[in-house]
Amino acid sequence: MTFSPHHLREQFPILQTQVYGKPLVYLDNAATSQKPRCVLSAMNTFYENQNANVHRGVHWLSQVASEAYESTRAQVAKYLGTPKTQEVIFTRGTTDAINLVASSWGLANLTQGDTVAVTRMDHHSNFVPWQQLCAKTGATFRIIELNEDFQLDEASLEAALALRPKLLALPWASNTLGTINPVLAIAKRAKAQGAFVLVDAAQALPHLFEAKDLLDTIDFLAFSSHKLFGPTGLGVLWGREALLNRMPPIQFGGDMVLRVEDHHTQWNELPWKFEAGTPAIAEVIGLGAALKFLESLDAHRIREYEENLTQRILQRFLQEPGVQLIGPGKHSVQGAARLGVFSFLVDGVHTHDISQFLDQQGIAVRAGHHCTQPLMSKLGIAGTTRASFAFYNTFEEAEVLFQSIQAARRYFQ
Amino acid sequence: MNETASNLPLDSLYQEVILDHHRDPRNRGELPDATIQKEGFNPLCGDRVQLALKLSADAQTIEQVRYQGEGCSICMASASMMAESIEGISTQEALSQIQNFRNFLQGDEAAAKPEGDLESLAGVRKFPVRIKCAILPWTTLKQAIEEGASS
Ligand SMILES: Cc1ncc(COP(=O)(O)O)c(C=O)c1O
Repeated sequence: MTFSPHHLREQFPILQTQVYGKPLVYLDNAATSQKPRCVLSAMNTFYENQNANVHRGVHWLSQVASEAYESTRAQVAKYLGTPKTQEVIFTRGTTDAINLVASSWGLANLTQGDTVAVTRMDHHSNFVPWQQLCAKTGATFRIIELNEDFQLDEASLEAALALRPKLLALPWASNTLGTINPVLAIAKRAKAQGAFVLVDAAQALPHLFEAKDLLDTIDFLAFSSHKLFGPTGLGVLWGREALLNRMPPIQFGGDMVLRVEDHHTQWNELPWKFEAGTPAIAEVIGLGAALKFLESLDAHRIREYEENLTQRILQRFLQEPGVQLIGPGKHSVQGAARLGVFSFLVDGVHTHDISQFLDQQGIAVRAGHHCTQPLMSKLGIAGTTRASFAFYNTFEEAEVLFQSIQAARRYFQ
Repeated sequence: MNETASNLPLDSLYQEVILDHHRDPRNRGELPDATIQKEGFNPLCGDRVQLALKLSADAQTIEQVRYQGEGCSICMASASMMAESIEGISTQEALSQIQNFRNFLQGDEAAAKPEGDLESLAGVRKFPVRIKCAILPWTTLKQAIEEGASS
């Protein structure tokens, strides 16, 4: 029996919403995912029955809260495929995780003459921190370019690796183009050149990619809870223990210390060294529920469903009159490794107008540069409209999208 | 089922006059003997307006206006209507029109309703994210006039 998302959709209350009297067609999953009921109720239960600060109390509630918090860390470690819970650091999100690495590892390790390589498709959060770090340290900032099918260009990648960069920072999948990068193969080549490798997994994990094999090779991985069906305000940095141990903390205060004297402080051990202050406890509990939810799914069938959906929508995009796809598949459909993240332009209609029109049909899409301005500049466009699908989306929803795009063309022309 | 948004008819935003300016822009083009050029850019949405003004010798009157650029229909229609409405007026008058137009879009009850085609932009007030699209040509004009006055 093939997978049908309908019973899954029932677990996401917001998907039953109507906007302007029309069923919500939520196609902005790359910006943030919706949350299953179990996540919402886990957070609610926490606040109703277990709320207390973690790590600092001997009272019963505090112990319950601390246990729930730390057991979620263990859950994240298992989810990522590492036995080491101390390698899992809770942050505010992907952005915060990458900034942590840049401010701590980066400032301590980079000097003039070093190179940091990023890609043309990186989200600003995996671009600007490195750009700024290079400006500060005098290191060279190198951008790996894309080929005409919006994949990393082999020659440009090879040339960047030949510089023996100190760090390669790249996205597992692009939030603008939908491109999936062969990160494991690239990471192995980068490691062979002596590079440290950071993978931005924010877009890949929501599509049930598995990180385990990657962790054997790379050094850092970052993701956001809110894109993974969990709450906002929370993310994870995974780092190799030996590296994290040598990295200085960048935020100081409660929890991250063992012993504070008048003129000297001794840091706490991993992972708490990097978790100053009261963490997002309820959100961590919520992420735990999201991971449990993901675990309960038949990953194989869902991936198959999503891939199938993506290919069908891709074919539609390629045939749709007046619509130009900005992303892989345009030039070589064969072997286009991509997510169901579709950036497009509509002839004669500005992205803003398209999005406004689609909004009125109950369709949530995003317009603009999607936090990839250097990519937009390179492509010579101001922005795109982006429809991004999750496993709870259906082909019927894609059809509503295409009908509405054609209606918008008639309206504005 | 939850109903979370009220019905905002699209036609109140995209009034026929706006679509008309969008399809058939007025005063669009270059101005070879411009005395002031100014570009306005909204990095968030990519709207871009390049404004060219020809001021009188005493810099008190806007003799000619041309604009170019790319942006959504609201931004481009606003630029087209603005270019039409300010040609031939004094810079002082233009500045007060700019101020009034901004106040009006931002919901200031005391602001006078803009006249002529510009009135059609009133619908934008109900779409807060689009207000900046309509205003961009006007802030660009303000900067251009101020630069003209100080040079
Ligand atoms: C690929 C990618 N990296 C990083 C981020 C930043 O994530 P956050 O805003 O949750 O920190 C995003 C989110 O937009 C993203 O899509």
